[in-house]
Amino acid sequence: MPTRRQAYETRVKRRSAVIAGGSTLGVLAAIVLLVPLAPGWPGVKKSFFNAEVFAKTFPGLLDAFVWDVAIFLWSAPLIFLLGLLIALARDARSPALYPLRLFGMFYTDIFRGVPVILVIYLIGFGIPGLGLPRPWNSPFIWGTVALVLTYSAYVAEVFRTGIESVHQSQRAAAASLGLVNKDVMRYVILPQAIRKVVPANMNLFIALQKDVALLSFIGPVEIFRQAGVYKSLLANFTPYVGAALIFLAITIPATRYADYLLAKQLRERT
Amino acid sequence: MAFLETRRLTKSFGKNTVCNSIDLRVDKGELVCLIGASGSGKSTLLKCLNLLEPIDDGEIFLDGEDISIPGLDPQPVRKRIGIVFQSYNLFPHMTAAENVMLAPRRLHKRSRDDLLPQVTELFSRFGLKDQMQHYPEQLSGGQQQRVAIVRALAMRPEIMLFDEITSALDPELVGEVLDVLRQLRSKGMTMILATHEMGFARELADKVCFLDGGVILEEGPPETVFTQPTEVRTREFLARVL
Repeated sequence: MPTRRQAYETRVKRRSAVIAGGSTLGVLAAIVLLVPLAPGWPGVKKSFFNAEVFAKTFPGLLDAFVWDVAIFLWSAPLIFLLGLLIALARDARSPALYPLRLFGMFYTDIFRGVPVILVIYLIGFGIPGLGLPRPWNSPFIWGTVALVLTYSAYVAEVFRTGIESVHQSQRAAAASLGLVNKDVMRYVILPQAIRKVVPANMNLFIALQKDVALLSFIGPVEIFRQAGVYKSLLANFTPYVGAALIFLAITIPATRYADYLLAKQLRERT
Repeated sequence: MAFLETRRLTKSFGKNTVCNSIDLRVDKGELVCLIGASGSGKSTLLKCLNLLEPIDDGEIFLDGEDISIPGLDPQPVRKRIGIVFQSYNLFPHMTAAENVMLAPRRLHKRSRDDLLPQVTELFSRFGLKDQMQHYPEQLSGGQQQRVAIVRALAMRPEIMLFDEITSALDPELVGEVLDVLRQLRSKGMTMILATHEMGFARELADKVCFLDGGVILEEGPPETVFTQPTEVRTREFLARVL
């Protein structure tokens, strides 16, 4: 026999579920029924949601997406490493290392202050323009460099927040044992800081996976560029929709996972 | 000269003078208890002794050697002086055993395998053998505090400082931590203890110092300080806490 309180809560829960389900269905029905009434709908349907074109181009898009994943996979560790080094440079306390600290500050200011696409253009066209021999003029190399430079500035800031969020008493406890500053950072502060900022960094790396598509502007035929090729070939925009779906298949689970980690951390903290 | 001695030790935070010309003398093997209200300067004094806080004026001598020279590298001194804090401050990402082994590994360049017998022995001595592989969050407050003591002892310090180490504990866990102190006392460890545990101070201290407003207002053997305090402030304080 449920208590009065339990019966009440069951009632409230059932009511909320009915209302939420009903309103969601209503909105969906409105979209499905109303959008096709728009005057341009038949045209949009043909050029964006064309099943035939979709089936024909999807395998090619998947093949091209392998490049996006590859560029992501070799950029991510470099970004992690450079981001960490910049964060440490900004935390340097000895006066001899002041130039390093200054450099770290300018670095993060500059690369967080310029749009990614501009960095990609300037580096991707500018450096090969020096007349470098093959393979050193490859857009893959300089595109990667542009992504690494930009994203490590963001990752550095995330790491720095993490370092600062480790409580001062941890530094004191480590120092009181006689550990030198370098060891305090390496064994006590950093391991805690890196764990704390995993969710924040995951969000940045999800953004990186999407921004890899920007490299298409300097040459590599990855998924966005491939979709553009199909568009010109077939005079149809459906490949772009296919490309978007492929990105979502990767980014939605990753975003959900990052949210889950963040929620877990919040729970642990309280 | 005493084993640890301060002369006119003065420390301010801004305009607030927390330690005002303190002369403290601790002989080898002695247990000295610092008592006094919160904010009387006990904790700050201990942090100054460990060089975690630079002092503004005065001197600190350890075994006859001035350790308060401005600009002196604090690391070698801290190896000789262990400190345990009220809030345990264990490293949360390491097991109890790793917490204890970190400093000896880095400073004495010894391997885990090399340290293990000695560390296991320390854990057993304080009834913590089964907790060696636990992370701090899996331990009770009393266990965490005992691990923190073991961590400081693993560096084989010549003197131990305890900063209100039972104040954050549930009352039923205080006893197990005080037992550790009794054990250290019987082994002849030199100790300075900032504490609110008056019973413990009375039972075991060689000397009790009453701090008030950043000065040692009264000091002496526990019986004298607790039963025949000469200062009004001491009497008021004892009336409040006893």
